[in-house]
Amino acid sequence: MSSAEKRAGTVANYVDERTGAAKWLKKNLTKVFPDHWSFMLGEVALYSFIILLLTGVFLTFWFDPSQREVLYQGAYQPLSGIKMSAAYASTLNISFDVRGGLLMRQIHHWAALLFMAAIVAHLMRVFFTGAFRKPREFNWIIGIGLLTLGIVEGFLGYSLPDDLLSGTGIRIAEAIIQAIPVVGSYLSFFAFGGPFPGESFIPRIFTVHVLLLPGIFLALITAHLMLVWYQKHTQYPGPGRTEKNVVGYPLMPVYMAKAGGFFFIVFGVTAFLAAVASINPIWLYGPYTPTQISAGSQPDWYMGWLDGLVRMAPNLESHIFNHTISWNILIPGLIVPGILFTGMALYPFIESWLTNDKREHHLLDRPRNAPNRTALGAMSLAFILVTLLNGGNDLIATHFALSINQITWMSRIGVLVLPPIAFVVTKRLCLSLQRHDRDLVLHGRETGRLQLLPHGEFVEVHEPISEAKAWVLTQHDQPPALEFVTEDEAGVKAPRGALNRLRARMSAATVEQIPRVEGNDLKEIEHH
Amino acid sequence: MASAGTQKSANALARTTSVDEGRQIFLRGCSSCHGINAEGGDIAPSLIGVGAASVDFQVGTGRMPLADMSQQAARKRPLYNPEQVAALAAYVASLAPGPEIPNQVVASYERDGNTAQGGELFRTNCAMCHNFSGQGGALSQGKYAPSLMGSTPAQIYEAMITGPQSMPVFGDKVISPADKLSIIKWIKAAQNEPNLGGASLGRIGPVTEGLLVWTLGLGLLIGIAVWLATKAR
Ligand code: HEC
Ligand code: HEC
Ligand code: HEM
Repeated sequence: MSSAEKRAGTVANYVDERTGAAKWLKKNLTKVFPDHWSFMLGEVALYSFIILLLTGVFLTFWFDPSQREVLYQGAYQPLSGIKMSAAYASTLNISFDVRGGLLMRQIHHWAALLFMAAIVAHLMRVFFTGAFRKPREFNWIIGIGLLTLGIVEGFLGYSLPDDLLSGTGIRIAEAIIQAIPVVGSYLSFFAFGGPFPGESFIPRIFTVHVLLLPGIFLALITAHLMLVWYQKHTQYPGPGRTEKNVVGYPLMPVYMAKAGGFFFIVFGVTAFLAAVASINPIWLYGPYTPTQISAGSQPDWYMGWLDGLVRMAPNLESHIFNHTISWNILIPGLIVPGILFTGMALYPFIESWLTNDKREHHLLDRPRNAPNRTALGAMSLAFILVTLLNGGNDLIATHFALSINQITWMSRIGVLVLPPIAFVVTKRLCLSLQRHDRDLVLHGRETGRLQLLPHGEFVEVHEPISEAKAWVLTQHDQPPALEFVTEDEAGVKAPRGALNRLRARMSAATVEQIPRVEGNDLKEIEHH
Repeated sequence: MASAGTQKSANALARTTSVDEGRQIFLRGCSSCHGINAEGGDIAPSLIGVGAASVDFQVGTGRMPLADMSQQAARKRPLYNPEQVAALAAYVASLAPGPEIPNQVVASYERDGNTAQGGELFRTNCAMCHNFSGQGGALSQGKYAPSLMGSTPAQIYEAMITGPQSMPVFGDKVISPADKLSIIKWIKAAQNEPNLGGASLGRIGPVTEGLLVWTLGLGLLIGIAVWLATKAR
């Protein structure tokens, strides 16, 4: 042992004797993580969040969160001598007068878009594989919290520069707040510190954007990851993988090295985007004034579905006691998103009630083996996609030579008709995939090789699939439909009969599965 | 383009010949819709009193003669050369007085206009239809405000004083001639605006950004994640 090593050993020993770190580290650094590309979506979200923190701190050095009016004298000529808020002027300065400022702004914004995209993709992976099931319901709810806060954080972020586009967004947000019955106008007055736009809104959302929400994010992400840690990661079914073990790589060194490397890859991709593609070119939008508006004003993509909902709402208003209730804003702006997010947050509990499944799950579902859930997911995606498309209805109209009115009507019909169609089609697709799995296990894989039988017939040669594969295709359970029990064995009447009857009905109506191959079926083939 | 022809109209003799020539072109190319004497018909409005500016704009941007009766006459390659456009304009102007072709006026836009002020005026008066950087936008029922990226100074001025189709007229009381020059200067600057932050993505706002982050951004990362996961095995 060299003297340097010896010295290091002494220091480590010193720390260990006082903290007991060695035991803790040994236990935790050898913790095993399973490996699959879809498990890295959450990591993409985490790393873009870190990128957001780093670049965000840089931006705060020069950003002036104030609506005080200034005369622009900076480097960007087409705005020279124009009156604008200090917030907008300082964003122009970051873009054109601070070294590396534009790149930082662009990395920050691309990372924000990527963050939200990764969260949504991660959410889909968690949903379609059933990773949210017991015991991970709380982590699912934390996730929905992160998603919601992400939308808010992003919205506040792009509102900060006080440019014409984001000002238009704030104006719409104000309209949504005002549409809340009775308290709306007071709430708006409170949020803006007076009538719109006022002078206090930008300073306020600045505090929320750089301090309050990032703090909550850090807390929630920590809780989220600690729960993943504590509950251990789920894994896809495979030979040797059970509900009781985790097959994968130890955290140290394999997983850490991979994860660390992946951070730099995510950073590289955002930096690459920021270097080659412009994002939020606020100098083109001009400073915000309530009297101006631009054609084709759109929010960032994660708000686009909301904008699309507002754009497709028919013009409904009612007047009650001198109060106008603007249903055309209230329904798409608050009620539908409220139902959507509440439904999403409660989904693990809803599913467990509907299937009466109270067991713990650590093995993931293959989406085809949970046809109802997969179909429901496809249905929700269809809904969001239609609303998202309608959010860009004006651009679709000009770029594809369509009428904006037609698109709006198509979206109104589509948003009601397409989701159910998506449900049915996806469910059928899942069942036919199940059938395919069954065929594979029973008859093997088609090899594409033809064989000439003695009597002249051609048959394709089938090869049995590997045992590992067969295991994957047959491991899932297929619970029978729930029955409606009026009383349990002890003769105690089941409470809430109507609800339970509903559950049994739904279970019976949706239970359809292609029977998976059982031991008996296999014996049957060996017979042949 | 249309500017070359108008110099001639200074000369009275030249004027009558070009009016005659214009009438001939009109009878051949326009009268089927606008009537033998430009008095209008079932499909097209009267041109009496619309002035040379309107003709120069409509024919100079290729909108007239109308190709099909779709939602809106679209900009296309002009059918007539500048002399013919000038002749048509002279003919229509001879029917009744109307706005003249503003070639002289716009000649000084570089000197007299103020880009930044023009931008301010553009955002107040034009951006709601033509988008913040003049890329165009959708109006109701399939109509649209076109992109201004190919418009000449004269055409911009003419559009403001004649108000083609769904576009309102911006008379001199609404936007003074000096302000019009500033707007022109800003639009010309916008046409030549360099892409300061990298590829412009069409200058139409966040929609293309969102598309790019899902395809190139997340797409690339998922690709790498798949590659890493197979690599480890
Ligand atoms: C196929 C029919 C058709 C033909 C051919 C046609 N026009 Fe038109 N024109 C119209 C219609 C319809 C309008 C009104 C709506 C519009 O502007 O698209 C119009 C509008 C105009 C206007 C604008 C009038 C205003 O109120 O300012 C001008 C100028 C004009 N035409 C000139 C011409 C000239 C010059 C020609 C021949 C070179 C011509 N048009 C050929 C159908 C036609
Ligand atoms: C209400 C919406 C509206 C507003 C506001 C408006 N425009 Fe237009 N503009 C249009 C429409 C629609 C057309 C297309 C007319 C046509 O095709 O005949 C048009 C056409 C034009 C064109 C011709 C483009 C070409 O093809 O070369 C120019 C230039 C133009 N507008 C400039 C302006 C300017 C400058 C302003 C502000 C002072 C302005 N517009 C305000 C709707 C508008
Ligand atoms: C700030 C945003 C988020 C970050 C940084 C983040 C990060 C992570 C990471 C790194 C993991 C472990 C690896 C993985 O399974 O991908 C994870 C797991 C998990 N996440 Fe997220 N996540 C975020 C948002 C969400 C959202 C929106 C949801 C769902 C609504 C969600 C639900 C879950 C669940 C249930 C797990 C456990 C999955 C399992 O063990 O299989 N997370 N998260």
